[in-house]
Parts: sequence; C-alpha cells; structure tokens
Amino acid sequence: MRYSAWNIFKQGLTGNKGWTRAWRDATPKADYDIVIVGGGGHGLATAYYLAKEFGLTNVAVVEKGWLGSGNIGRNTTIIRSNYLLEGNQPFYELSLKLWEGLEQDFNYNAMVSQRGILNLIHSDPQRDAFVRRGNAMQLSGADAEILDRDRLKKMCPFLDFENARFPVQGAIWQPRGGTVRHDAVAWGYARGADARGVDIIQNCEVTGFVMDGGACKGVETTRGTIRAEKVAVCVAGSSGRVMDMAGMRLPIESHVLQAFVSEGLKPVIPGVITFGAGHFYVSQSDKGGLVFGGDIDGYNSYAQRGNLPVVEDVCEGGMAIMPMIGRARLLRMWGGLMDMSMDGSPFIDKTHISGLYFNGGWCYGGFKATPASGFCYAHLLATDRPHETAAQYRLDRFRRGVPIDEKGQGAQPNLH
Amino acid sequence: MSQQNRIEGGQIDRSKTLKFQWNGRWMSGYPGDTLASALMANGVRLVGRSFKCHRPRGIFSAGSEEPNALVQLRNGAAQEPNTRATTVELFDGLSATSQNHRGSLDWDLMAVNDVAAPFLSAGFYYKTFMWPKAFWEKLYEPVIRASAGLGRLSMKADPDVYDHGYLHCDLLVIGAGPTGLAAALAAGRAGARVILADEDFRPGGRLNAETYAVDGSAGSHWAGMAVVELSAMENIRLLTRTTVFGAYDHGIYGAIEKRTDHLADSRGKPRQVLWRIYSKRALLAAGAIERSIAFGNNDRPGIMLAGSVRTYVNRFGATPGQRVAVFTNNEDGLRTALDLRAKGIQVTTLDARKGDRIVDTRGRKGIRQALLADGRNLAVDCIAVSGGWSPTVALTCHHRGRPMWRDDIAGFVPGGELPPGLTVAGAANGTMTLGACLRDGHAKGAALAAELGAAGSTGDGPLAEDETFDITPFWHVTEARPRAWVDLQNDVTTKDLKQSRQEGFRSVEHLKRYTTLGMATDQGKTSNVLGLAVMAELDGHPIAETGTTIFRPPYTPVAIGAFAGRARGTDFRPYRLTPSHAWALENGADFVEAGLWLRAQWFKRPGEQGWRDSVDREAAAVRRSVGVCDVTTLGKIDIQGRDAAEFLNHIYANPFLKLPVGRVRYGLMLREDGVAYDDGTTARLSEHHFVMTTTTANAGTVFRNLEFARQCLWPDLDVHLISTTDAWAQFAVAGPNSRALLQKVVDDLDLSNAAFPFMACTNCTVFDGTPARVFRISFSGELAYEVAVPARFGGSMIRGLMAAGEEFGVVPYGTEALGVLRIEKGHPAGNELNGQTTARNLGLGGMVSKTKDAIGSKLSERAGMNRDDDLCLVGFKPKDRSVLLTAGAHFLTPGDPEDMAHDQGWMTSVAYSPELGHSVGLGFLKRGDSRIGETLRAYSPVRNQDTMVEVCSAHHIDPEGARQRG
Amino acid sequence: MIIPHPLLGPRDAAEFVYKGDATLIDRPDGLTASDDEMHDYAYLRDNPAGRHRELWYHEQGDRSWLVVTRDTRTHEILKVELARDVARAAGRAR
Repeated sequence: MRYSAWNIFKQGLTGNKGWTRAWRDATPKADYDIVIVGGGGHGLATAYYLAKEFGLTNVAVVEKGWLGSGNIGRNTTIIRSNYLLEGNQPFYELSLKLWEGLEQDFNYNAMVSQRGILNLIHSDPQRDAFVRRGNAMQLSGADAEILDRDRLKKMCPFLDFENARFPVQGAIWQPRGGTVRHDAVAWGYARGADARGVDIIQNCEVTGFVMDGGACKGVETTRGTIRAEKVAVCVAGSSGRVMDMAGMRLPIESHVLQAFVSEGLKPVIPGVITFGAGHFYVSQSDKGGLVFGGDIDGYNSYAQRGNLPVVEDVCEGGMAIMPMIGRARLLRMWGGLMDMSMDGSPFIDKTHISGLYFNGGWCYGGFKATPASGFCYAHLLATDRPHETAAQYRLDRFRRGVPIDEKGQGAQPNLH
Repeated sequence: MSQQNRIEGGQIDRSKTLKFQWNGRWMSGYPGDTLASALMANGVRLVGRSFKCHRPRGIFSAGSEEPNALVQLRNGAAQEPNTRATTVELFDGLSATSQNHRGSLDWDLMAVNDVAAPFLSAGFYYKTFMWPKAFWEKLYEPVIRASAGLGRLSMKADPDVYDHGYLHCDLLVIGAGPTGLAAALAAGRAGARVILADEDFRPGGRLNAETYAVDGSAGSHWAGMAVVELSAMENIRLLTRTTVFGAYDHGIYGAIEKRTDHLADSRGKPRQVLWRIYSKRALLAAGAIERSIAFGNNDRPGIMLAGSVRTYVNRFGATPGQRVAVFTNNEDGLRTALDLRAKGIQVTTLDARKGDRIVDTRGRKGIRQALLADGRNLAVDCIAVSGGWSPTVALTCHHRGRPMWRDDIAGFVPGGELPPGLTVAGAANGTMTLGACLRDGHAKGAALAAELGAAGSTGDGPLAEDETFDITPFWHVTEARPRAWVDLQNDVTTKDLKQSRQEGFRSVEHLKRYTTLGMATDQGKTSNVLGLAVMAELDGHPIAETGTTIFRPPYTPVAIGAFAGRARGTDFRPYRLTPSHAWALENGADFVEAGLWLRAQWFKRPGEQGWRDSVDREAAAVRRSVGVCDVTTLGKIDIQGRDAAEFLNHIYANPFLKLPVGRVRYGLMLREDGVAYDDGTTARLSEHHFVMTTTTANAGTVFRNLEFARQCLWPDLDVHLISTTDAWAQFAVAGPNSRALLQKVVDDLDLSNAAFPFMACTNCTVFDGTPARVFRISFSGELAYEVAVPARFGGSMIRGLMAAGEEFGVVPYGTEALGVLRIEKGHPAGNELNGQTTARNLGLGGMVSKTKDAIGSKLSERAGMNRDDDLCLVGFKPKDRSVLLTAGAHFLTPGDPEDMAHDQGWMTSVAYSPELGHSVGLGFLKRGDSRIGETLRAYSPVRNQDTMVEVCSAHHIDPEGARQRG
Repeated sequence: MIIPHPLLGPRDAAEFVYKGDATLIDRPDGLTASDDEMHDYAYLRDNPAGRHRELWYHEQGDRSWLVVTRDTRTHEILKVELARDVARAAGRAR
C-alpha cells in the first residue's frame, strides 16, 4: 500500500480501518540465497538494496528479538559526513547522499532533517585540525564551513560565550548534517524489502553456523535450520558474541554508549551541536525532546545500560556550553551496545570462511552509516567485490598496517 | 478568589494563608497544599493542553505520575517548564502558568489539531510530507517543530546551584509509605544503618490519603509517630523530597533531593542535591500507581484517578467536584465513594463488574455529563476512575529485569533479574492490602537487618486490617464509539492501538514506538498497563503473553543541572596553574588553555597593538639575546632502580641502555601499533636514576603506560616510577645569552661548553643553596637550558631569573613564541604528533632500533606504514613572501584537479618568523623528502585561501644545529 | 561500579581507568614474534558476553594495574587480582 497524503485523507474519512501491515510476519523457509543475520538498520538496509539494486529477493533477514531492537532504535539519530580520512569520507558522503533521497526512494517519511551539525572549536590546534578536515571534506565533494565566533554567536546565541572554562572560538559546520527519525528508518527499509519479497523473520535467534566442508552454508536458529549460499552477519554490538560461534576473534570490543532525552520543550536548538572540549552532543527532536549523549562508559559490556558517572559527565558538558538547559529535565536514558573497533572504523568484508560475510565495528558511526552500509554490503554480497567507497573496510587492514584512525588513538577501542 | 472547593479536614495548616499566581490571577492556599490541590480548591479545572491534539486537560492524579497538569513554574531565568503541579509544594508568592497553547489556555488555536485528528492517526507523519521533496525542510518540518514540545526554556542560564553528595548505608528503603515505614522501623530498631527516602514532603504515602487505622489510630497519625521514632534514631537518615531515580551497579542508587524547590527563594543554597547512595541492601517499597479505564472521551478535565480523588479529599481538604461519578472495576473505587460521601459530596457509583459502562462524556473544558451504555445521562463535575493498581516496579527494571503478569491482582510484579541486593515489598511487589503491606515491610526490614548483622530487637510490627481486595480486569468500554484515551499526554487512543496492530506493529516495543504510548514525560506510569491490556484484548492473547516494555532510569525526570552539579561555567573543570602564574599575571600575560593547564601565551608590553607584536618581539629576543619560558606543564616522571635503563630501552624506540650518567637523550615513544606516540628528553642523573619528560598532553597517559609495562609486561625489572610533574617547576632559558644568565644563577657549576656541553645534565643548587637540576636541551634551536627547582621555589625562581637577566634584556616568552621557535627549528609538536603519524612520517624513522624489543617497533615494520609514497614532514614557505600561511591547507600539485585523489598532504603548523621576515610552515607531504624546492598549492577552501608555496627543509633555521651546540 | 581492590578494599570504579582484555599482558617478544603473533596480540580481543578478564588501572589511587574478572552481561565482579601477580604467574619476568 502506497503511503501518500491522499491515502491519509481517505483513511481518515473511513476511520483508518484500511491500513494494511507494513511488512509480513514471515516464517523461515528451508533455504535462501542469502541469509542476513540481524534485523537492525544495517541488516534491513542490506536486504532492501539487495532486492532493489541487485534484484536478489530470495533473501531472509533473521532477527533475535523484534525488528529494529538493536542500535537503530537506541541512538541519537545524527547524520553527517564530516570525516577526515580518505578511507571514511567518501563512504559517509555516499551515505549522506542516500539519506537525502531515501524517503522518496522507500516511500516512508523518516524525517530526514538537514538542519546542520556544528563541532565547536575551543583552541588553535583544534581549529587547525578542523580546517584540515573541512578542506578534506570539500575536496571529497562534501560541504563544510568554518564559522568564526561572531557567526556562531548569531546562529547559537544561547551558547556560553562569556563564562566558559574552555571558551568557544568558533565551529566547523556541515549544513547538510542533521537528524533522522531512527525507528522509521528500520520500518521504512523493512517495508521496502518486504514489498520486494524479502522474508523478515523476527524472534529468530541464530545459535550457530551450518558448516559444510569448511564453508558456511546457513545458520542454526531457534526456529530451525536455515540454509543459504551466503550468510551475512550484521549484528553490530553483538559481533563478538555471534562471530565467536564461527570461532573468530575480532578486532572489536563491545561497549555501552548511553544516550539521553529530555522532556519535550519548545524548539531551541537549531541543528546538532557537538562540544569540542568535553563529551557532549545535542540535537532537538521534532517532538521537542533534547536528544543528547557523550562518551561511552568505557568498559566491555553487553548489559545495555550504563552507570552514573557518565550521566554526570555528559550533563556537565551540556551545562558547560549551554547553561540554559539546567532546568530542563532528563526524561529517559538508555544504553546501546557499540562494536568498538581498534581504529574506530568499521568492517564490511568477507571472512576467511567461504560463504560467511561480516559487517560490524561501527563504533558510534553506525546510524549515520545505515544506508551506505546496506548499499555497500549488498554490493559485496551480490558481486563478491567491495564497493569502491567501502574498499578500505577490510578485516586484514591491521595486518597490512593501514588502519583508518580518525582520532589517532590506536588500538584502544574505548578512546575512539 | 474564594477557595470554593475547599472542604474540611486534611493535613494542611489553615492557620496561615499562602498567596499564589495562576496564569496571572492571584489565588490562595495553605501550607501543606500542592499547587494542584490549591488549584483544585480554587475551582480551577482546566490546567493544560495535551501534546498532539491540544485537548483541554485537568488534574489527573495526585503524585509524580501526573501526565496532564504540567505547568511552567516561576518566572525569568528560574522558569521551569513541564513541572507537575501535583508535586509542587505551595509557597507564598508562587507563580505558575499553563503551557503548550497558542493564544490563551482557554482558547488554544492549536486545538484545531483535534478537529483534524482523524488524519493525525498513529504514525501518520511517516506516510506523508514527502512531496515535493524540498518541502519537508522548508515547510512541513518547520510547521511541525513550531508546534512541538511542551514547556519553554527561559534561554537564560539556570540561576540555581546544585550539589552532589555521597551516602553510605546498610539498607536503603525506597518509599516511606506503610511498607517502607514498617521496614525502616524494624531495621532501624535492629541497629542497621538505614536510609529511608521518599519523594513526598510528608512521609506516609497512601496512609496520608486514606482513612485506614494503624495500631488503633488514624494511619496518617501513625505515620507521623513513626517519623518521630525514626528521627530519634542515630542510625537512620530520613530523606524526604528525595526520589530514588535509578538503580546502578553494585548497590549504587541515584537519588535527587529537592532542597529549596519548596521555598520562594533559595538564598543561594543548592536547589537540589544529587546523591549517590552506596547500599549493601535495598528494599523497594514504592507502592503502586492507579490506572484508568478507556471509555469515550475519557480525557476531559475532571476525569481523575479515584485514589487521587481520595488524596485530595482526605489529605488536602479539597474536592474536585460536588457531583462525582465513580467508575471502577475493583473494590478500591468503592472506597472513594465512601470517603466522598463522608464529606457530604454527592456520588454515583458505576461498577464495571456489575455491567456499568460509561460510553461517552460531555464538557469541553470540564466534564459536565457522563453518558452510560444503559442510556442514562449523569450530570457530573468529576468522574473518579479506577482501573486497578499497577505495582511501581520501575527500579526493578533498571537492570533490564522484565516484570511478570499476575492475574489475581491484574498487574505486573517484579520479574527477571532484579538489581543484586534489591528486595521488593508491599504494593510494589503485588501485596495490595494495608495489613499485609505492614507485615511484609516489617518482616523484610527485620530479615534484611539480620542478614546485615544487625541483631537488635525489631519490636512489634504495626497492625492494621486487611481491606477487601477484589478486582475484575476491565480495561476498555468497547461499546464506546468516540476516541478513548490510553495515554493522556501523548494523545494515544484505543483507535491508535488498533491501527498499530493492523499495520503489524504488535510487539510491545513496536506499539510503544509507533504510537508513542508511554513515551510522554510520565513515562507511561498511568498508561502503559492499560495500553498493553487493550493490545492483548485486540490480539486475543493473555496479557502475560503480550508482555511489557521495561522502565529505564530515571524514575521521574531529573533536572540536567542537578546531574551537572557545580561543574559548570569556569568551574566545569579545575584549573592547573604553573608555578610562575602569579608572576605572569603581574606581567601582562595572556593565558591559554592547555588541557587543564593555563599557560601564558604571550606577555603584552605597553604600546603593542596585537598579539603578533608581542609574539614577534618575544621570539626575536630569544634568538637575539635570551628569554625565559615556564615549561613546568611538560610531564615529568622520575624513574629509579637497578633496571631503569633496561626498562627505558623497552619504552623508547631508540636505544637508551648506554646513555651516560650526566647526559640527556631525546626519546621517541611509539604506541604498540607502531604509530608515533610521544616524545621528550630523558636525563640520566645517576647510574640508576633517570628523569623523563613527556609532552604536556600525554603526561598522564605516558605514566599509565609505563606502569603497565612495569607491572604487566616486565614485572621483575627493578624499576620504580613516580610522577613529578607538579613537584618541579621548570624553566627554559634560551638564547645566545642563556649561558651568561644562568651562570649568574647556579652555585658552583661551570656551564662552559667544555664542562657542560649540549645534552648535559646535573643536579646542582641555585641562588645559594636552592636544590635544582639543569639540563642543556633546546626546543628553540638556540643555546638553551632548562632549569628545575622544587615547585615551591617556582615563583621566586622566575623572579630571580628575570632579575639576573636584566642586564641581557631577558624577556619572558609564552607558548606562542615557543611555537614560533619550534616551527622555525622544525621540531614536531601536537599538530604533527597527532596519533596518526609514524616515526617515518616525522623523519625520525632512523631512530627506531631494529635490534631491541621496544614497544611498537615490531608493528611499525608493517608494509602499509612503510610505503614509497609515505608522508614526510617538510617545511614550507610562501612563494610571495608577504603572504601568511595557514594551517590545515591541503597541498595540490599546480594544475591538478581539486579532489582527494590528488591530495598531496596538509599543512600542520604555521608561524610568522621574525627571524626570516616571512611566514613559515611545517606539513606532511607525500614523498616530501624528495620534493624540496618544488612549488605547490596550499589550498584551503574553507578559509578561501589558495597560496603557492615552496617546499623546503623543516629546519628553517640553523639546519646544522650549530647554535644549540655553541 | 565498585571494584574490590585486593590491597585497598572496595573502591569506586571512577577511580580507575579501563584498558581491556587481560590478554594484553601476554605480549610476545618483539624481536622473536611472528607478524601474526604481534598482530593478534595488539588487535584481537576476547569479547565474551559473560565472564571477562580485563585490565583496570587504579589511576586515582595506588597506581596498581588489576586483572578484574567481571561478567559483561551483569557487571558482577567475580575476582580481582594484582596484574603483576597474574603476569608473573604467566611466566613473565624481565
């Protein structure tokens, strides 16, 4: 059923009784061409692009819980392509371009809202680094501007320009950055993939891989064995746990990242703002809640919940740059599991096991990457060649000595 | 205005009248009132508007679960949006306004949304606003955002302060209702250290709202006596106005105590305190929260929870109406009728268990009429609804425990994994009658105390009768044709639930996210269970199968300012000040943040127009004569032990085993992944004693990594470390006259080139006996020394050095001139050592020894880090010498297209060189070492700059290093 | 979180800095290790959902490195040892 203003009008007049299911509740078949493990944003996007771009529809997405129950439903909804390194920038720029056409493409309003992203500058070395980054972005065809203090003040007069411990000196601005309604992304991709024939199977946990002569030929699940030519793992946050079933140790740790939302407030924040001298970033949702976050808790965790010190640290960051939010109340906090990789960058690659593919290691970057991750993973699965923008996201890059380390922190995942 | 709905009784103090303002009108109330009870007493029924449809809303509850009566409290910078009127203690002069309406509260223009409601069904926004594409950001979203949100921020800095505190106890009792009081009494009497916390300003919980007797006297009286007993015990800390909002790891609970919210003026005292409570055990006695029943137009002002009606009548002496209908599916609702009648209020009882059904209501801004399924129309001004009680299980979910359904009480009780150490008692655990709650609280309080080793007598538990408890689940008047609300704030109706199900959003999480059920500021306290029950009914499944979403912290919303505490403004992080800070202040220094440090970046002299004047003068003076710079911020690590040299040999990529005593060596550290990490000098003061310096930025982490190497990698080496960054004040004395200056300062130390050559070091004394260390090292490339004295002498040392240097025209120089000097000299600093570059990139590849096992050397050999087209650190100067270079520019070969494929590297650091009379730069360039003399574009589109530059040696000055050896 | 320090008793986790998987103690000798051994040491980590042995550093305390055995699903701490003892027990010396 196509979504349109006309249909809303028609349904509104007839008691909204004619809406049909957004996607089928499929039961698993015995075999598929491709089984995607993980019904989160990336898995669903992969299925969608496999069907749409490569005509591969004998595909199943298996999800342990409910569709979209992973990080696609537990993030701070930011999109941007303000990356520095050549291994990253084109990929995230592809993602941003896909975001820009997404809603018309999958006929679902995910509220892609490009109200811009600001990274505040507090020191000369930081400005130097941001100028380098902004130039790299422009050289890659992305948009970036450096704002001086006066221009920033016009844009965000509520920032603390007078009494800050780390004075605000300006910002790097990507006007095309912004936010997207996260759950809608999962639902839109699911609906689009389903309409093209992909089976989306919820409450189906993978318990093992079907191995045959050293090759992966499917998955064992709580709903039976599902055979497949190719198995595409896409479970960021739980990559360690799932790939362990294939005997793989990964350059990844699982960490918890907390995120926060305030009570609904009349609009005050124009786009996304990132504090450059502490751990804090914020945007405001279309419902009015301040959506904000900061650093990971910093220790390996699968608990999907964090602790108080980081809550305090994040709110301190918020009060440091915008002390007018002190009387706004924090309404909800939650924890998402991050695949923190050794260089802060992800993987989209084949594994050494024939038939087994891996997508993970997204650190904080997962949400914004959703369309490109799906697109490039679909490309890899369909053609067995990496997409040109994801060519550096290889599992062997550390062996070869070509990490993609935006922050320059080395093999210390909790610092990325 | 008279308090027309004030009735007799209640726990308010009528001897004193409080004046308050509601939407600009003055009203009166009494101490003991909440804003909600005072509004009610004054006959105010319409208090707000719902989120989506802007439907008129009245007071719905009497506690923190309130979804409707959200107001903006106070004025000016102290304006506090979304404040529950039901939890605001009335104070004299209080001012509150309604929120979320355009125009007046009575005539909200946005109420047009309600007319359009058929087109604003669940998830409607996902299905439209997509055409034409550009309209979302230009039109649709701005319109949606303009109407989004509830209350308004003042946009001024929060004027209040907040504190953080830490408390420790044996037993934390959460909730001071009957269960919690009984438990705290038992545990306290036994001798356990107990903290009893309750969100209300009056302990007692439901005892204050009911007419039950405990131990033969009124329940509220008993609660008062219990508080008296608890307050007398030294091992008990009673925290009222304190909400335990989160259960964290290892028995740590977060709590927020309101300290001055109930006062007209905080007088500078903290508004709230965020407590971290460290408990050995915790007992959750948070009671239960009542829920509604879905019937047609069940959202009008005057339709309230039945238990809350009792609270207003019994505790606050205020009645929501004069003609009340009670609509209930359980025995509890009937008690409301009894209590109201006892106050002389007219009541009609509608018992769902007997087939009574309300199908619709009338009354736009306040309920006027209830329409029943049997055709009756009742004239009412209040409907008290009870759909049963839901145990307050929120905290039990904070470790992701999932509550379980219990049919007998028609509610979810704690289930799954509870936070370790947490026990649940009373109504929160599904014990729904008073006598049983008291027994449960007493027993569990006593048992936990015993478990914790408190062996005193717990005394007798309080006694009360068990009232009848009888509930027949009834959720939804299916005969009702109009919309029936489930979530009052977010305007989620049973129709939305139906549609959500129809579209396949059936899992409880999908239901929540698609319809926004339970995502309002009340986090679904009154709506979740009703919504799930209606969904289960639609599915034809038992509720147990449908399951529930879980609660996340905080239990009730907490001010962001409270989490931040005092860490804001200039107190956001502590300042570290150098030993010469006071002197620098006196001498015109302008300071810059370097991590937590404040460092002098230049010293302004009279007549200087801008920072460049000062910096040029300082840099030139160093090259010409002598300057002094405080370099204390560099990390200093004292390393001692028989194996200290061997240890350092593992740490640095270059050899250190054979460093002679009395000599300093430049050392380069790699991370284990082979990337350059930190650099600095290490001095060997004696056979087994070294002093390492690190960069300012990495002082802490280098020390940490050394301890890791010492304890974990080479645990048997005899070596000991101590950080001495703050123990020694250190000054660079640089320039051709540095020797002459320093010679005046040191006692009995020959600084001649022969006696104390480049890279020499020694212990000595200065100024007649002050212990000191002198190192002959140079960051500027000039003849230079660093001299260190114990930090307490730092202030006198700078004064002494300046006095001694007067004859040479000595200048103090700041970090900017330091930067100019090092860029001229080609020394890498933070912009070059950025964690992404290798020794090879820095031109230091030769330092990495292949004959020893040092951290990072093995992995630095990987092919990807040793490519032919690797970046090399080289120097740059503008072709047009009058042009100033800027950092961050990318290099392009002239004629090449401007894209990343043709990117040749970037400019890392630039400075104006007063020595050379033009701008100089350092930067990384592909194959840079073989491109000296080449002309490139330094392209910086974000700064609208495009400059032709010439590649040169990074050593702009004295490439042979003659000056520093002189 | 609270970490029971073997020398100092219970300490708030905020006093510590986290490093990661305790296999980082098992550093091969850089002169003799193969490329793969060094790569695996530096980049591959145990990342179980369950019992995890991990390194914590008491930076705001006595500067001990500890090996903490902790359940990554519940954060329950099962054992805490001085990392130096663990290293020595594993045969590390000079």
